[in-house]
Amino acid sequence: MRLLTHNMLASNVRGATTGYPLKLEASNWCTKEVELNADFIRGLLPKIDWRALVATTRALGLPDLLPDEQPPEEEIFAKGAADVEGSAIRRIHHALLEIHVQQGSLTCPDTNRSFPIDKGIPNMMLHEDEV
Amino acid sequence: MKLKQLEGLLGGLTQFPNPKLELEQYPTGPHIASRMLYTAENSFDDITGKVVADFGCGCGTLAVASALLDAEHVLGIDIDPQSLELAQENAADLELDIDLIWSDIKSLNFKVLPVDTVVMNPPFGTRKRGADMEFLAMGLKVASKAVYSLHKTSTREHIKRMALRGCNAISAEVLCELRYDLPHMYKFHNKKEVDIAVDLWRFVPNARR
Repeated sequence: MRLLTHNMLASNVRGATTGYPLKLEASNWCTKEVELNADFIRGLLPKIDWRALVATTRALGLPDLLPDEQPPEEEIFAKGAADVEGSAIRRIHHALLEIHVQQGSLTCPDTNRSFPIDKGIPNMMLHEDEV
Repeated sequence: MKLKQLEGLLGGLTQFPNPKLELEQYPTGPHIASRMLYTAENSFDDITGKVVADFGCGCGTLAVASALLDAEHVLGIDIDPQSLELAQENAADLELDIDLIWSDIKSLNFKVLPVDTVVMNPPFGTRKRGADMEFLAMGLKVASKAVYSLHKTSTREHIKRMALRGCNAISAEVLCELRYDLPHMYKFHNKKEVDIAVDLWRFVPNARR
């Protein structure tokens, strides 16, 4: 599970108000390099929840990967930024698309219901009495 | 990638070894799957560089096809864990990365909606009435650009009405009629092969949220 997928997911368990963001715990995760596509990031950024993304990177023990506040777009998409090691766009790309959580869990912030992640696949199945 | 190449790669995927009747698990054959995704990309620019979700992905044929056509992020969702494992193996065999979620489509809850395109071969609703509509309604809620889906030609008018009135779609268009070869998989299939007509649909959701 990439962090982009985490950013989308909310719990739908009975009793949850927003069910978002799901608290991530990861006992095993890895990174896989993907080519950076600046146009894709540009289209994606306004649609995602920055704070939830930052929280997941911190949960993985990466306190300095992303700042609390989203940097201004002029900075993220500055000419040539994609070629600079450690630039904002490279970090955002890395966080969203290159990190894969293999084992761990997602916890609903409203109900504390925990959803396990096994072999990279989050189990969001609900029991009949939870719907 | 050429259509023939795509079809060839999809032909090498492992399909359900023990299909589950209650889930209407019919494999999406390489012929249909390749045409569906090839059309979505070449006629409508809906796959390459996009976020694509495969609803009821089964062993991952449409998700893998999306990744082969360079979707930037591919998400497959299914209720059956054995299918998801197979989807993961199919993607890994081709060195593709797809994200998978074990969930019922109707209880999916997405807080943010970066999905551009939903592709699906939903249950036709033959065994469980309305199952096809649950998929269509959720697809039109989640996608911002388009939903591609297969439905029996015999239900064409019903699908159109449900998409436009029930789900508030901006358009619902049959792109082509295909023959769906159902291999003899279940006991209630008494002919050796059942050939049914299915429509390949493209729906445009009302993305003003």
